[in-house]
This record gives sequence, structure tokens and C-alpha cells, in this order.
Amino acid sequence: MAEPLIRMQNIRKSYGRVQALVDANFHVNEREIVGLLGDNGAGKSTLIKVLSGAVPLTSGDIFIRGRKVTLRSTSDAIAHGIETIYQDSALVTQLSIARNLFLGREPIKPPRFLNRMDQEAMNTVARDLLKQVGISKNIPPTTPIGSLSGGERQAVAIARAMHFDSDLIILDEPTNNLGVAETQGVLSFVRNARDSGHSCIFIAHNIHHVFQVVDRIVVMRRGKVVADDIDPKTTTVTEVERIITGMSDKDIRDALADGKAGH
Amino acid sequence: MENHSLIQRLIARPEFGPFVLLIVEIAVFWGFNHDFLSPQNISNTLAFTVELGLIALAMTLLMTSGEFDLSVGSLFGFSPVLMWTLFNAGVTSLEMGFVVALVVAALTGLVNGWFVTQLKIPSFLVTLGMLLVVRGSALFITDGFPQRTWSAEGSWLAEALVGDFFVGPFRIYMSLFWFIAAAIALGYVLTQSRTGNWIQAAGGNPNAARARGVNVNRVKVGLFVLSSLMASLAGVISSLRTSAANPNSGTGYELEVIAMVVIGGTALTGGRGTIIGTVLGILILRVMRNGIVLIGVPGLAYNIFIGAIILGMMALHSWLERRHQAGT
Repeated sequence: MAEPLIRMQNIRKSYGRVQALVDANFHVNEREIVGLLGDNGAGKSTLIKVLSGAVPLTSGDIFIRGRKVTLRSTSDAIAHGIETIYQDSALVTQLSIARNLFLGREPIKPPRFLNRMDQEAMNTVARDLLKQVGISKNIPPTTPIGSLSGGERQAVAIARAMHFDSDLIILDEPTNNLGVAETQGVLSFVRNARDSGHSCIFIAHNIHHVFQVVDRIVVMRRGKVVADDIDPKTTTVTEVERIITGMSDKDIRDALADGKAGH
Repeated sequence: MENHSLIQRLIARPEFGPFVLLIVEIAVFWGFNHDFLSPQNISNTLAFTVELGLIALAMTLLMTSGEFDLSVGSLFGFSPVLMWTLFNAGVTSLEMGFVVALVVAALTGLVNGWFVTQLKIPSFLVTLGMLLVVRGSALFITDGFPQRTWSAEGSWLAEALVGDFFVGPFRIYMSLFWFIAAAIALGYVLTQSRTGNWIQAAGGNPNAARARGVNVNRVKVGLFVLSSLMASLAGVISSLRTSAANPNSGTGYELEVIAMVVIGGTALTGGRGTIIGTVLGILILRVMRNGIVLIGVPGLAYNIFIGAIILGMMALHSWLERRHQAGT
């Protein structure tokens, strides 16, 4: 079998005496949307923080396409092609869409010593990207992020990750506080991202949203990955909920077997 | 329709309120006393305006990045004192004394920036402490007495910074050109350059900026240094123009400068700044100070008007902000 895009092996993370991750194993394949589920405190956010370079791991290994990497900071992770989109923290609300898209990598107009941003080029690319990610409304790229809706902000963040060729886009609760239509929009942005060759990790409290978009579901409980190969097409929401809320490993296997048998 | 939206866009700009206020202010003062627009009065007002203005320009960038600097007023007083003390004691030439004063100011800014970014202490506390250290140093090295300054005549430094000439009936100081150059340069940096994008991001959402690889700390430290350098330059210019180096000069300037910046439409919370607005803010406060004296209001009442303007402009900015967000 081909080496997955991301493989996290025996990841441990402790905060003082609290063990947030206990030998967690997790992987994401190329061009795959993985839904990461688990109750509060199950270790999802910690796992994601480790993968996005926001917190250092206590022990364990992370491999990207089979090559071992060390992620010391979020910019480290971005350099390795891992982009994390938190609900509100990813964008600067005062800046325009185009300026946010290129923040930290602004194209410069010659002569270089004038350090002048090529705003036309930024606007052109931004316009294309907004179309590509699937925003149907005609929003000028000079619009400040502050006047966009929650769903549109997600779209901008996803567009940015796509443009800078992130292999893995991590979406932390992207559908929180969004209306029905906006949620559908965000889900289609995620599908578009996968179809253009990116992998995604999708974290959401709303299991129904996860079911609509992911290729595979991974469930965490008490710092461990307790199920990592749930097929949303052959498993029901109720079954996954039972796994999330906690049963013995045998129960999970039985439940999965039942679920698969039931289809 | 097109015209309508152009006007609407003009009104929505943060500089629009300050612009109207300045026009109203000038009209009212001129109505009371026609001498207000006399060449002599305009020349006098401009001379001092640009000195505080230089500090306000740098403060605009610093505040856009989400920090501010209370130590500028004390540096305004300290730098000329240092320069003149070195010169009078025969240690350095006047020009060398100026360079030493700038270097010391840059170091002061570096220390401010280091405390704020590395020790994560709010800039309010850091620069308040620095204000006392710098003011204390100025008083200590002078025993609290003004320094002798009579020997600046003929120095090229004095010519370059405050040399004056007449354009028609207007007496213009070289410092006006330094101010215009600084306004254009910093306006360019803030709106056109990549550094400007980083400054706004550092103030708007530092975590997002860091995640994109922007070195937020370096941006902020650089702006603290710039703010100190401009305060130092302004102090030296003022000292050369008035032939005085008083260790107490510049007291209270920090708040006046911050008031100029926020009146102009720069957000106190960071993320958004405007150099054009600051230039308007500078003029509003200086014209106010000059005008109320000219029309016979006691100078001691000045602060009442300044306070009222700040409150009024803040109310206007917040109203525009809410309207802007509701309208989209």
C-alpha cells in the first residue's frame, strides 16, 4: 500500500500530569477528506495542534510521505504543506481579501528595493481563486474580511491554502455558527479542495456535516484513536455516536461489524 | 448613481470626519478673527506643528501595529539636552552630538520593543517606565537647568533642519520639508509596501500574521525604534529653532500626539491606520490651540476643547464603523 500523505505514530502529549494524547496513531491519505470526531477532551484539538505545529509533542513521530519531519511552529507546518484553518483566527479582519490571501508572501513590483506590493496581481489571483473555491457572489477582492460572512471567510482561508499548495488543509469546526446554506457552501469548498488534489481533515461537532463530506471517519476517545477506518457510506450516524460516547474496543468492533453487516 | 456612490465612499473614509472638522474649525476661527489666516500666524502655527507632527507620523504606524509609546515626550526633551551637553562640554561637535542623541534614542526604542515583544509586557507599562527613566536622565544630567544653546548659528545641521526662508509673506522652516517627506514616505510604507501589510496584520490579528510567517515582533521593535528616532529628531529641531534645550520640554506631548493620531482615524486597538488622517489630526489640534488663544479664550481652557474633540471624533468613528459593518 502506498505511503500515506501524513502518518502520526505513537503520539504522546502531556500537559503536566494530564495525558492529552496516549500513543495516538493517525494517518491521512492523498486526496482524502478525513472526519475527526470525538467528545470534548477526547484529544482531537491536541492532535491537530501537534500536527499544525502549534504545540510540541512529548514523544512520537510524524511522517510526511514517509519522510520524518519535526514541526516546531505553525510556519514550520505551513512550509511542510500543512495549513490549519481555525474559525476566526486565520484572517486579519481589517485587511482586504487579496491582502489576506498573500499575507507574508506578497508579490513585489520591481524595483524590489521600493518593497511595493503588486496589488493588481494580488487582486487578479484573488478573483480567480474566489471563483475556483466556489463563491458564486461577485465579491471584489478589495473587500475587507470584516464585511464577509462566516462562510465566505472560510472560503477565503481555504482558497489561500489551495493557492499556496498546501497538501493538507485542516479545518477546525468550519461549520460552527453557520446557517444551512452557508454550511452547504463550506462543504462544497472542501469537496472542491479535494477534487483539485488536496487532502483535508475535517473536525466538527455536527456529525451530520461530517457525514456529508468525508471519505473516512476517525474517532478519538481519551487521547487515543479508537476507530480509524469508518466508512460513512456503510455506517450510520447512530453507530458512530455510540463509538464516540464510549464502549469497549470489542463493543466497537461488534458495532462496526453489525453496521457493516446491516448494509 | 456613480456620483452618489463616490460621495458615499468619500463619507465612509475614516479621514472624512477629521477633514470636515478641520474646515469648520478654520472657518469659525477666521470668522471670529481675520488675523487667524494672516501669513504670520500661519507661519508660526506651521513651525511648531511639524515638530509634534513628526512624532505623530511615527506613532501612527506604531499604533496601527497595536502598540503605543508614552516615552516620546521625554525623548523630545532628552535628546537636545544630550546633544547640547556633549557639545558644550567639548566632547563632540554639534553634528556628532546629534548622531549620538539619535543612537541613544534608537537604543531606547529597542529596549521598549524588547520589553513589549519578548517579556510580553503591555506597551503602556513599558513606555511609562521608559518615560520616567528618560525624563529622569534629562533632569539628572542638567541638574534641572536649561542648557546653553547660543552657538548653533552657522552650523550646517541647524541650516538643514530649521533653516528658514520666505516664500512671499510666509516664513517657511526646513522642518516643514522634513515633515512632508516623512508623511509621504510613511504613508507609502503603510499603504503600498509589504511592510505596511505586515504592520496592519500585526495590529489586526497578530496570531494570524505569525501563522503566515510574518515576524510580528521584528515589525513592532522596528516601529518602536522609529517612534523614538522621530521623537528625538523632533526634539532637536525644536531646540535648534527656539535656541533652547530645557530638560522639561516635551512634557505631556505623548498624550497630545496620541490624541492627534486617534482623531485622524487610526484605531487605538490597532489594525487600521491612516497617515492622511494623522496629518489632519495634527492640524486640528494645533489650529485649535492657536485659534482659541487668538479669539481670546484663555489658553488654560485649551484642554477642555481638546477633550471634547477627542470624545466627539471617537463617537463619529465608532458610528461610521458600525454603519459600515451593518451596511454590508
